[in-house]
Order: sequence, then C-alpha cells, then structure tokens
Amino acid sequence: MKNFALALAASAAAVIGFSSAAQAADKTKVCYVYVGSHTDGGYSQAHDLGRQQVQKEFADKVETSYLENVPEGPDAERAIERLARSGCSLIFSTSFGFMDATVKVAAKFPKVHFEHATGYKTGPNLGTYNSRFYEGRYILGQIAAKTSKNHGAAYIASFPIPEVVMGINSFTQGARSIDPSFKLKVIWVNTWFDPGKEADAAKAMLDQGVDVLTQHTDTTAPMQVAEERGVHAFGQASDMIAAGPKAQLTAIVDTWGNYYVKRVKAQLDGTWKAEQTWDGLKEGVLAMAPYTNMPDDVKKMAEETEAKIKSGELHPFTGPINKQDGTPWLKAGEKADDGTLLGMNFYIEGVDDKLPK
Amino acid sequence: MTIFEAILLTVITASTPLVIAALGELVTERSGVLNLGVEGMMIMGAVAAFAGAQIFGSAYVGILCGILGGAIFSLLFAFLTLTLVANQVATGLALTLLGLGASGMIGESYVSIPGIRLGAIAIPLLSDIPVLGPVLFRQDLIFYLSIALVLGVNWFLFRSRAGLKLRAIGDSHSSAHALGIKVIRTRYLAVMFGGACSGLAGAQLSLVYTPQWVENMSAGRGWITLALVVFASWRPWRVFAGGYLFGAVTILQLHAQAFGLGIPSQFLSMLPYAATIVVLVIISHNRRTTLINTPASLGKAFVPER
Amino acid sequence: MRIELQKRAAVSPLFSLVSPLLALALTLVFGAIMFAILGKDPVAAMYAFFLEPLLETWSLHELAIKAAPLILMGVGLAVCYRSNNWNIGAEGQFTIGAITGSYLPIVFYDWHSPLVLPLMLLLGALGGALFAAIPALLKAHFNTNEILTSLMLVYIAQLFLDWLIRGAWRDPKGFNFPVSRDFAPEAILPAIWEESGRAHWAFIFAIVAAVLCWFMMRYTLKGFEITVLGQAERAGRFAGFSSKRMIWFGFLFSGALAGLAGIGEVSGSINHLQPAISPGYGFTAIIVAFLGRLNPLGIVASGLVLGLTYLGGEAAQLSIGVSDKVTRVFQGLLLFFVLSCDTLIYYKVRIVWARMRGGVA
Repeated sequence: MKNFALALAASAAAVIGFSSAAQAADKTKVCYVYVGSHTDGGYSQAHDLGRQQVQKEFADKVETSYLENVPEGPDAERAIERLARSGCSLIFSTSFGFMDATVKVAAKFPKVHFEHATGYKTGPNLGTYNSRFYEGRYILGQIAAKTSKNHGAAYIASFPIPEVVMGINSFTQGARSIDPSFKLKVIWVNTWFDPGKEADAAKAMLDQGVDVLTQHTDTTAPMQVAEERGVHAFGQASDMIAAGPKAQLTAIVDTWGNYYVKRVKAQLDGTWKAEQTWDGLKEGVLAMAPYTNMPDDVKKMAEETEAKIKSGELHPFTGPINKQDGTPWLKAGEKADDGTLLGMNFYIEGVDDKLPK
Repeated sequence: MTIFEAILLTVITASTPLVIAALGELVTERSGVLNLGVEGMMIMGAVAAFAGAQIFGSAYVGILCGILGGAIFSLLFAFLTLTLVANQVATGLALTLLGLGASGMIGESYVSIPGIRLGAIAIPLLSDIPVLGPVLFRQDLIFYLSIALVLGVNWFLFRSRAGLKLRAIGDSHSSAHALGIKVIRTRYLAVMFGGACSGLAGAQLSLVYTPQWVENMSAGRGWITLALVVFASWRPWRVFAGGYLFGAVTILQLHAQAFGLGIPSQFLSMLPYAATIVVLVIISHNRRTTLINTPASLGKAFVPER
Repeated sequence: MRIELQKRAAVSPLFSLVSPLLALALTLVFGAIMFAILGKDPVAAMYAFFLEPLLETWSLHELAIKAAPLILMGVGLAVCYRSNNWNIGAEGQFTIGAITGSYLPIVFYDWHSPLVLPLMLLLGALGGALFAAIPALLKAHFNTNEILTSLMLVYIAQLFLDWLIRGAWRDPKGFNFPVSRDFAPEAILPAIWEESGRAHWAFIFAIVAAVLCWFMMRYTLKGFEITVLGQAERAGRFAGFSSKRMIWFGFLFSGALAGLAGIGEVSGSINHLQPAISPGYGFTAIIVAFLGRLNPLGIVASGLVLGLTYLGGEAAQLSIGVSDKVTRVFQGLLLFFVLSCDTLIYYKVRIVWARMRGGVA
C-alpha cells in the first residue's frame, strides 16, 4: 500500500508541474468532430482524410485535432464546447445530428468560427457546407441503365432523410434519361453502418433478380456481395475498387479536403465569413472514381455527362419530371431549386417503392 | 438456383454466428456462470480472425486465431469472476466495453483491406442431392462446425459424465463441491469454451458473412445471442431453432420490403425481436419445464469453504 | 501460485474505503504503463483523465449532465436487482419515457402553461413504467424470462422512436429532417445555476432519488420486503410477501426512473426529440448499479466516476492525441480494477506461493 501512496504522490506532483508547462505553439487550431471513428472506412474517415489534407497543406501554420465517436445529443454539445475552449479557432462539425449543439456553442463563443455539414441552421459565426452528391448519382443512374439487362437496379438505403431521397431520385432520373422503362427498387436497412445487414439486403435484392446495386450506407459489404455474385455495383463515399475489382463501375468519392483547404485558407487570411456552401463536382468536393468494368461507349457517355454537369450545362433535376404518382413536378426546361432538393420528401416517377412517411 | 434456395443460403449465413455463440454461452451458463460479455468476445474473435488470416494468408489460420482470441479474452472474465469472485453481470458488461475498444485498436490498420473469404467445401455425393445438396453440403467449415457443435454440446451435456458434472455445478455449486467436483476448474473451462465459441462466431463475421474488418462489425449480435440462450431455456436444440428463427425473420423482412407491402420498414425491422418474445411467451408457459432447465446457481459467486 | 479467498465474518469497513482507492492506484499504474507503451506521456494522460475535467466549472456541469441519467437509472435498477428481478431493458424504458414525455411539447406545442413541465415529467415516468410493465406482466403471468423480453423491447422502442421522428412527429419546419419541433421554453428543464454552466434539474432528481431509495431500502418495510424476497424467496413468502407483486414493483419502479431519466435528458439537454437520444445509457447504468454495489449512495459515486471517465476520455483525445478506442480500453481497465478490488471488502485474499498441497484441494 505504501508504494501506491508514494506513486500517487509522485504523479500528483508531476501533474502540477505539467499543467503549468502546457500550452505552447502559436499555430491556428482547426478542429473536427466526427460521429464515427476516424478509421471507420466510410463517412467519418472521408472527413478525416480532408483534415489530413489540411494538415499537409498548412503544415507550419495550422494544428488540427479531432474528437471521434461523438454521440449525437448532449455529448455533442460538450465535445464542441471543449474544442472551442481548447483554443480551436475554426471548428467543423461533420454530422447532421450535431446541428443544434453547434448552434448553441456557436452562440456562446462568438469569436470562434464554426461550420456544420449538411444542416440548415446558421449564425453570424456559423456557416454550413454540403456536397451535391446527387450530381454523382445522376451519372451512376445513367451507367446503371446502360449496364442492367433487365431495366432496373436496387438502392440499399439507410434512412428516409431528404439527402437519401434526393439521391434515389437523381439516380432514377439519370437512368430514365437513358432508358424510360427503368425501375429502381429501394430497400431500407435502417442503419448507416452494419456490414452484415447491408450484405443481407444486397443478397435479398440480387436473389430477386436485380443485376445492378447501388448503396447509400457506409461499408463495403454490398460491393463485396456484388463481386462474389458477379454483378455490378457502385461505391459510396470512398473508392471501393479494392472490395470489388470486377464489380465496381465507379464510385462517388467524398473529397472534402478541397473545401477544407479553401476554408482554412480563408481563416488564415482573415477573410472567413459564415456562408452556406453547397458545392458539387465542379468545385471538387466530390469526385467520380475511375470508370471501370464497362464498355468504352458507356464510359464515354459517363465522362461526357460528368463534363456537362461540371460546366453547368446539365442540371440533373431538369424538367419535365413527374412525381411518382404521375402528377407533374417540373415543367420542361425548369430546374429544381435548392430549397426543394434539400427538403425532398417525395419520389419521382420510376421509383418502385413507397416512401416511408 | 431458385429463390427458395437463395433465401435459405442467406438465412444460414445470418444464423450461423448466432447459433455458435449462443451454444458457447449456453455451456457457460449451464455451469452457473453468466457472462454478458459475448459482444466483446465476438468482436475480439472477429478482429483476431481477420488479422490472423491476413498475416498468414489463410482463412483457416484465421479461424484458429478467432477461436484463440475469444478464449484468451474470456480468461480475463474468468479470472475476475471465478478467482476474485467479482460481480458477473458488471464484469461481463465491462468485458464488452473493453472488447469494443481493444478490437478497434488492434484493427486500426486493417480497415478497408479486402478480406480473405473462407472457401466452401463440397461434401462428395451429398452435395449432389437436388435442392438440399447445394444449400447444406456446399458450405464452409464454420457452418459444418456449427452443426457439429449442436450435436456435440447436446451429447456432452446430457450423455457424458463430464456434462453431468457441469450441470450439477450449475444447479448447485456447493453440493457439487461437496461431492468432490472441481467447481472452479470446470467453470474456467466452461467460460473459455464460451469465449472460444464467441470467437468462432466472430471469425464467421469477418471471414464468411462479410469478409472485411470494420469497427463494431458485430453490431449487437452478441446481445441477441444472450437472448437466444434464455429463449432456448438452456437447451442446445432450441438454441439452434431460435437462431434460425431469428435469422429467417431478419432476412424475410428484407424480402417483404422488396415486395412493397407498404408497412414502414421500422416495423418490419422490429419483427425478429417481437417474434422472439412471442415465441418465448408461448413455450415458457409451462413453469415446470422451464425451471428444470434453468441453472439454479446462475450468476452466483462461489468460494470453496476451507 | 494460487489465490485463496476466505469469506470475512462481516463486511470490512476499512476495505470499503480502501478498495476504491486501491483500484484507482492500480488503474493509474497500469494506465500509465499502457500510455507509455503507446508512446504517450503517461502523466499527461492521467491528468487529462482524472483531473482536467474536475478543474473547470463548466466541466463540472458537464459531469452532472452525464452522470444524471446514469444515476437515475442505476438507482432504479439497483432496487429491481435487489428484488431479484432482472430488468436489462432500461435503455428501452428511457426511450419510451422520452417519447411519452415529449407528447405535450410536440403535439400540443401551442399550450403554454407552467403545468407543462411537471406533466411532461409525470408522463415520462409513466411511459417508462408502462413499457417496463410488459416484461413484468409476461414474467408474472406467463412465466416468461424477463432478461429476454426486456432486452428485445429495447430494439423495439428505438425503432418506434425512429418511425415517429421520421413520420408523425417530424418538425414541419425542419426541411423533412428527422428531428421534432424544438421544445418551447416552458417545456425545458431549467438549469441549476445558469451563469456557470448548463447542468439542469435532472441531476437534482437523480440525487433526490438516490437519497429516497437509500432511505427506503434501509428504514422502511418495503425495503425489507425487497431484500427478503430478493435473497430468499421462500422465506419472503412465509413472511406474507408476494413475489408476484414484487415483480410488478421492481419493474414499474425501475421503469419509471428510466422514463424520468429519458424525458429529463430530452427536455433538459437536447430540447427536442431525435432518433439518437442515448449513447447506451441504459446499459451503462447496469454497470453503474453494480459498481455502486447496488447501494443507492454508492451509485451516486459510481455514476460520477463513470461520467468522469467519459469526459476524461475526450480530454485525453485532445490533449495527448490518443484515439477514442484507447480511452475505451482505459475505461475497461478502470472497471476491472474497481470490480476486483471490491473482493477485498468481503473476502480475505491470500496468495499461496508454494505448490498445492497434495490430495483434495
């Protein structure tokens, strides 16, 4: 017992010495909050790659840190406040569920700058950012329509939020621009992250005769199933070619790094302002993985579409588009406005599913 | 392949890890020890199996590593609860916490590496039977092991001397001790058997179900396992039936969705849990049979009198 | 080498105090070794875990927020476990309590009255109790094992909440995102001391509940009934206590406290309903209950300690740059040491170095 007491006393003494020695470096601190782990192989890892890009770009001026596996709830508010208190001058909260927590902390720390991904609430020191994933999904839809032998594909979907509904519609719209008889099946797994369940859903769809898979969940499990069964699939969030060397047609890759670098630069220059940014393929916050496992003409078509979207010539949601029940949504030539897209809660024609209400 | 066969195959893959881990926990609980750490042991098995397969380039070595990983990890629980008589419920939950963290640490460098899939072994002659052949006899080693385990555990518990002793300990450790049965040693072995089975189930996840490593990939299957043992009222065949009931409902709800019944997917996802409750209510109505099979000293500490 | 235990004639009051300290010392030593192996400054790590969260007022508030649901649920569960009923579905009762408690501020959002908050708390507790009544009913009348039913109901409750938030209770002004409308100010549990942090009244409820439970277990007939039925059911029945009624009591009581914790968390900390309201509080509370030796006052301490390790884990992530997984492992280490050191309270521990004596051990 005595030894322990000594050890305790020694460490307590050391602690006091330590606390006064802490705090150094005049680097700008840029901080991140992740809902998953930084090595989750999916959504949070994509953001962490962006953080690493920032760290590399501004190695001598910026210090980055992050908190991971932060639950969406009161823990988020504490985590963000901790970052604000620890001297972070720019904080990115990377999950929709952190919205209210970010709003509250931003109000408490007016001098710190905040950016929240995929939300809609803003403030004088709180901006939002998002990626036009639907642009990529339109291309996926076109490729699917060219690839499928039975005029259809299956969409492994996580939760019925506007982002996912928008993706389903964009995919369908892309496919029907090539093949008007195209039907999209949707299967809801009610999770972002459960390899087993995602694989089960993929198998169920393939067993029902589907020959092209796309996913809006985080793991490579569906891609693996496609590879084993010898069908085609699209990757999500990262290039999943390693999991499906023969199966992957392409993937929508989150490349947040370009955006992060831009914003950190603004922070360093003193020009940071709270903005609502919704960038797309053109600005490089998402990218298409190499087009593989497809004939040259399909590849050419995909590349052309990608170029058209980047140049602004093509907007995936351009009328005429009908809602699922046949009622008109967009007139010929009319483009969907961002507000409708961000709150999308209806299917368009060609989706073979009933939207959960 | 018909859709029936296809669904059956998927159900088998989904049910096998549940059956294996539940059998291990069943033996542990029959010896009177309640180990709530199945989730933690399973995920440790999954990461050990994946790492082993990567390092040695063989899924079979992976299986071995998974089994060893689960068994060694369970020793921690055994030492705390059996030697130091710490509370079993709390220790088991802490084991899960530790397992989830430790597996994440170990597996950090294995994320997004394509895994090595355990190959299927066709059994000569039997695999040529129409319908059943391809489904049941062109499976991987872990599936065959799961069937062997059901038979083996059943035989061990009810037909062997050692099994009789184990059950005696579970029913009353003090009487068993008085009869000269080595309570602590047997329980150590039972806990390690449970750990080994959980580890094997984890190996199935990272080598067969979805050959890859991601954190938390067991996604709560360890908890289902605990429920299955209770569901089965501590009988191996019922574990088997319960595991397959749960697996089947899980898969069928996905197909039901695809048919577009218009039921919210959340309610369909509830089905496996609800079905388990309903079936248990029906079969546990007879109080006496339930009591006979419940290990009476489950979860209670034992310290030999000297 | 062998470890031999000998039961003490009575609980050792000395070791009741010393064992947690010993556990802490062991954790410090082994934790320091672990961090040193990982190449991190062990002293900085221990400082981040155990001291940093305690040195700032805002952080103390956060500790109270984190510990409140753990203590509330832990206390309820302890009473239930003492009566030998195994409710492991507090997470589900927490969820349902959050839902029923949110009924007024979401559905009758126009009704502004000082009555709203007390009614919400009441409805939350009621909801939790009613949800816990399902396993109680099935156990008492259909003889169904409560471990299974209460655990399975957790998943059902979570999916139900998910369905509700994505459907009927979705905020009409929330751009179809899965959140409910924000609670009006009178539906929000007030802060205890607003100037210094955001800890709210749920922590007070937790402390009051713990003290009342401690009193009940120690001084009332009910407490005696719980203990007797829990330890020796037959003896209890001879004394005229009904084990069926005790099933109901154990479940309704722990369910009500879990429900109260649920609405407390939603009303006080989150201020609206969303699909993810609990990072597994209902399961952590089981550890808290046992770590506190099923003693309501012990649970206050264990809830605070466990809360501290969560806060400390975050501090360590930032200050020494370890991953969240490392902090989980450290947390596991601490729990193991606390649990094993408790052995000293009830047993004399002897380490026998020599080979075993021959013959029967």
